[in-house]
Amino acid sequence: MADKLRAQQQLEQLQTRYVGVGHADTTKQYGSHFFSQLEWLSNVQRDSLAAYIGHPAMLEHFSVALNEPQERVRVQFIDKMIQPCGPPKDKEEI
Amino acid sequence: MAPSRVKEESPELDLKPRARKRRWDVVAPDTIPVKSEEDLESKLEAKLESVEAVPKKRSRWDEVEATPRKSRWDQAPSLEATPTGAAAMGMQTPLHPSVSAGGIPMATGSGLLPDEELDRLLPSEGYIILEPPAGYVPIVTPARKLMQTPAQTGSGSGFMMFDENTAVSAGMAKQIPTNIPGVGELQYFKQEDMKYFGKLADGSRESELSIDELKQRKILRLLLKVKNGTPPMRKTALRQLTDNARQFGAPALFDLILPLLMERTLEDQERHLLVKVIDRILYKLDDMVRPFTHKILVVVEPMLIDEDYYARVEGREIIANLAKAAGLAHMIATMRPDIDHVDEYVRNTTSRAFAVVASALGVPALLPFLKAVCSSKKSWQARHTGVKIIQQVAVLMGCAVLPHLKGLVDCIAPCLTDEQAKVRTVTSLALGALAEAAAPYGIESFDSVLEPLWLGIRRHRGKGLAAFLKCIGFIIPLMDPEYANYYTKEVMVILIREFNSPDEEMKKIVLRVVQQCASTEGVTAQYLRDELLPSFFKSFWVRRMALDRRNYRQVVDTTVELAQKVGVAEIVERIVDVLKDESEAYRKMGVETIEKVVAALGATDISERLEERLIDGILFAFQEQTIEDNILLNGFGTVVNALGLRTKPYLSQIVSTILWRLNNKSATVRQQSADLITRIAVVMNNCGEDVLLGKLGVVLYEYLGEEYPEVLGSILGALRSIVTVVGISEMQPPIRDLLPRLTPILRNRHEKVQENTIDLVGRIADRGAEYVSAREWMRICFELLDMLKAHKKGIRRAANNTFGYIAKAIGPQDVLVTLLNNLRVQERQSRVCTAVAIGIVAETCAPFTVLPALMNEYRVPELNVQNGVLKSLSFLFEYIGEMAKDYVYAVAPLLEDALIDRDQVHRQTAATVVKHIALGCIGLGCEDTMVHMLNLLMPNIFETSPHVIDRIIDGIEAIRNCVGVGIVMNYTWAGLFHSARKVRQPYWRLYDSAYVQSADAMVPYFPQMEEDEYRRNELDVWI
Repeated sequence: MADKLRAQQQLEQLQTRYVGVGHADTTKQYGSHFFSQLEWLSNVQRDSLAAYIGHPAMLEHFSVALNEPQERVRVQFIDKMIQPCGPPKDKEEI
Repeated sequence: MAPSRVKEESPELDLKPRARKRRWDVVAPDTIPVKSEEDLESKLEAKLESVEAVPKKRSRWDEVEATPRKSRWDQAPSLEATPTGAAAMGMQTPLHPSVSAGGIPMATGSGLLPDEELDRLLPSEGYIILEPPAGYVPIVTPARKLMQTPAQTGSGSGFMMFDENTAVSAGMAKQIPTNIPGVGELQYFKQEDMKYFGKLADGSRESELSIDELKQRKILRLLLKVKNGTPPMRKTALRQLTDNARQFGAPALFDLILPLLMERTLEDQERHLLVKVIDRILYKLDDMVRPFTHKILVVVEPMLIDEDYYARVEGREIIANLAKAAGLAHMIATMRPDIDHVDEYVRNTTSRAFAVVASALGVPALLPFLKAVCSSKKSWQARHTGVKIIQQVAVLMGCAVLPHLKGLVDCIAPCLTDEQAKVRTVTSLALGALAEAAAPYGIESFDSVLEPLWLGIRRHRGKGLAAFLKCIGFIIPLMDPEYANYYTKEVMVILIREFNSPDEEMKKIVLRVVQQCASTEGVTAQYLRDELLPSFFKSFWVRRMALDRRNYRQVVDTTVELAQKVGVAEIVERIVDVLKDESEAYRKMGVETIEKVVAALGATDISERLEERLIDGILFAFQEQTIEDNILLNGFGTVVNALGLRTKPYLSQIVSTILWRLNNKSATVRQQSADLITRIAVVMNNCGEDVLLGKLGVVLYEYLGEEYPEVLGSILGALRSIVTVVGISEMQPPIRDLLPRLTPILRNRHEKVQENTIDLVGRIADRGAEYVSAREWMRICFELLDMLKAHKKGIRRAANNTFGYIAKAIGPQDVLVTLLNNLRVQERQSRVCTAVAIGIVAETCAPFTVLPALMNEYRVPELNVQNGVLKSLSFLFEYIGEMAKDYVYAVAPLLEDALIDRDQVHRQTAATVVKHIALGCIGLGCEDTMVHMLNLLMPNIFETSPHVIDRIIDGIEAIRNCVGVGIVMNYTWAGLFHSARKVRQPYWRLYDSAYVQSADAMVPYFPQMEEDEYRRNELDVWI
C-alpha cells in the first residue's frame, strides 16, 4: 500500500516536470478514456514537432521539401502543437 | 518482585493494621511474610486469613463499595466534551479534565463482582447464601456480564484502576479488550481509552439507539481505528472520517475529538494522529467549523508552548488550518477577548496563535488589526500582546517578514516610548526579533525607531535597558558601515558601563552586543583596541566567568569575534598569562580562545617573545590538567600546526612531555598524549625531526600491549600518522617487526582499534607489501574476513581496500580462495562484503585472474554461493567499467542461467550484473548480447516485489542506454494500451523512464498511427 502511494507520488512529481509522462490510465481504447488517449497521441505529436524544430538540420530538410522559409515552417509547426490531433470531439461522435 | 523483598525484611508488618492506607502499603496476598519454616500450604492459609481478618484495613481500590472514601485518585476524569465550563468562566487556560471534574465514585454496583471475590470478602460463618427468587432476572445484559468491566455500564461515567495483585484484576486485565465490536483487532487498547471508547463495547443493540447516538458511535469507532489501529486500518478510517466530515457535522466530531486531545496520557504518536484527523476534517468542514473555533483554540493553544518541538509544530498546523477554514474576521472576533486577558499565560498563547494566523493568512491582512491593538488606549495588556504578536511573527516567519517590515515596525514603534515598562521591554525585544529575522536587509524600515532606541539606552536601567541593548545588537549589523560606526560609538559608552553590572543576564546581553558590534564592518580595529579592549578584558577575563558554562561560551565567542578585528597578537598577548593561571577552568577558557583565534587567523602575527610564552603556557596548561578533554588537545595541536617550523626549538621539550605522559598510569592521559602525537607528527616531520619521530615510533611500538582499547586505538593512530609522514622505508621500528605485532590486534573487536589497525595495515599493504612475507599477509587476510562485517562502514571499506592491496602484493590466487570460501558463510553482511572484496581484487589484479575461479564457483549447487557469485560479478563489473567488453561473451551463459532461474534473488542479482555490464560497454559493440539479455529480462517486468522489480527495471534501462531507446521501445509499445491494468502499469513505468531520459531519441520510433488525424504526416515528406 505504502509502495503504491510512493509510486503515485513519484509519478506526480515526474509529471510536473515532464508533461509527456504517462500512466496506466492513459489508455488507447476509444470510449471512456478517449481524452487521455488523445493526450498521449497529442504528446507524441508535440514531441515530434518539437524535435523537428529543435534540430536545425531537420528544420532545413522540411523547409527545402515544403519550399517554405525555415521560419515559416517553424511557426507552422508551433501552431500545429496547439491541437495536434484536431479539435476535441464529443463522446457521441466516436 | 521488588516490593515483596521489602516486606520480608520488615517483620512488624505481619498482620498489623497500618496507620496509613496507601495502595503501596497494602499487603499483597501473595507477599504475606512467611517464616522460613512454613511451607507453601501454610502460606496460603495465612493469605486467606489475612484477607478475612482485616477486610476493613484493606483500602484497595476495588473495594470502594465497602468504604466509599473519595480521594483524588478515585475520581474519574469528567467526560464533558470540551472544557466549556472552564471557558465560560473566563478561564481560557484549559484545565485538565481530571482537575476540573467533580468526583465520581467508580465501580457502581457490587453485582459486578464475581462470586469467588465475594466469597473472600464476606465472612463465611454466620451467613448463608440465599437462592434468588424464582422470578428474578438479573438486569445486567449478558454482553455486559461477559465484559465484567464496571466502566462499561450504560452511564459510561467512570473507569476503574485495579490493584494488580488481586486475582480479580488478573482476570480483569485480560478484559481490557483489543477487540472492540465493529472495530476489529487493534494494536493496543489503553486503560484511558476506556472512558472515551467504552461506549462501543457496552453491547447495546443498534436498533435501540437514536440516529445521533449511532452517529456518535460511528465517529468513535473511526477515531479509535485511527488512534489505535494498524496502519491500513488507520488509513481507511481516516479517509472515511474525512469524506463524511460534513455529514457528521462539526459538533459531533469536535465533541469527541477535543477531549481526546486533552487527555494527559496521550502519546506523541496518538496526538499526531488526532492532529491529522483535525487537519483533514478542518479542510472538509471549512466554514462549518466556525462555532467551534474557540473550543479548538482552547485545546490547541497550549500546544504552542509545549516543550516538545513536534507538539508545537502540530499546534501551529492546526491553528493555521483553522484560520484558513474559519477566515480572518472570525478568528479575530474569537481571539479578540483574550488579547487583554488578565492571565499572562492566556495572553502569551494568544499572541502565538495570532502569529500563526498571520503567517497562514498573510501579514498584510492582519496588519490593520495589529495596528489598532498596539495603539489601544484601553489597556496596556492589549498593547503588550499586540507587540508580542509581532515578535512571534518575526520568530515564526524569519526572512519572510521582509516585505512587511516597514508596516510591522511602524506598528510597534510608538510602544517604544510607552508609559508601561513591560510594553517598552517587549517592544524592543520584538524589534530585535524583526531585525534578526530581516538580517542583513531592511535597515531603512528601522529608521523611525533608531532615535527612541538610542535615547532609551541613556534613560533606562536594568531589565528595560537590557532589552534595548539586545535590540540594538541586532539592528547595528544591518547598518551601512559609517552609520554602524557612529551608532556603535554611541552605545559603547553604555556597554562599557554595564560591563560591571552584577546582573548575569545583563552580562550575557552585553557580551552578545559587543560581539555583534565588533563584527560590523564600520567598526575599526583602532577604536576597539583603544576604547573597548582594556575594559573588556578587565571585566570579562576573570576566573569567575569561566565557572558558568554559558558565560564561558559567550566570553570565548566574543573574544574570537574581537580577534577577527584587532588581530591575533593583540588578543593572545592579553590571554597568554591566563594559561598559567591556577584555576583549571580559566586556563581551559584561555586555551579554547587561543585555539579558535589561531585556527581562524594563523600565527604569523605572533612575535618571537610571545611565541615562547605561548608554548610555555600551553605546555603548562597541558601538564597541569586534571580532567583530560579535547579542548587542550585541540588547542595544543592547533597552535603547534599554526607555528609550523617555528615550533622546532620547543619540540624536544614537547616530546619529552609526551613521553613522560605516555607512561602515566591514567588511561586518559596516555590516550591524550598518543592523540597529540597524531596531531603534531606532520609538523615534526616538517621541522626535520625524523629521529625524534623514530624514537616516538619505537616507544609507541612498545606500548602496543596496551589493555585499554581506547588508548590502544590512539596509539595505533599515532603510529599510523608517523608511518604516513616518514614513509614506509624510513619507519622505526622497521615494518617487518611492526606488522607481525599488528596481526593479533586485528582480532580486537573494539571499533576504534579496528579502524586504526586496518588503516595502518592497509597503508603498509599499499606502500610496503614487500617488507613482509606472503605467509604473513595470508594470515592477515584471514583476520580481515571478520572485519568485513564490522558495523562501521569505514572499517568495512578499509578492509575491502586492504584485500585489494594484499591481492596485488601476493597475487590473487590465494586471496581469492579465501574469499570464495567465505561466500559459503551464513551471514549476509559478511557475504556481501566478500562479494565486494572479490570485485576489488578483480579490479586490482585484472578480471581474467578472478573470473574463471568465480564462474567455476557458480557450479556449486547452493543458493548462497550462487547468489554470492552473482553479487561479486555485479560489483566486479561495476568496478571494471569499460574493461567489461572483453568478458561479455564469457559471462553470458552464466547470466542466461541466472536470469531464468526459479529463485527471485537469482534473477534480481543477475539483473544488477546485466545493468553494470550494459552500462560498462555502451558503444563498445556488445549490443547483440545485450538484446539477448533484454529478451531474458523482459518477462520479469511483472514481478511485484519492489526489490526485484526495481532491479529488473534498472537492468532494462541500462540496456536501453546500451542498445538505444528504439529497440527497447519496440518491446514496450505492445503493453502500453493493454486491456489489463496490471499489464499496462509496468510498461508505462518503462515508457516513462525512457521518456524522461531520452524523449528526443524516441521521436523516430513512435508507432505510425493509421487514422489520418493522428498520423505524423511530416514524416512522409521526402526530398
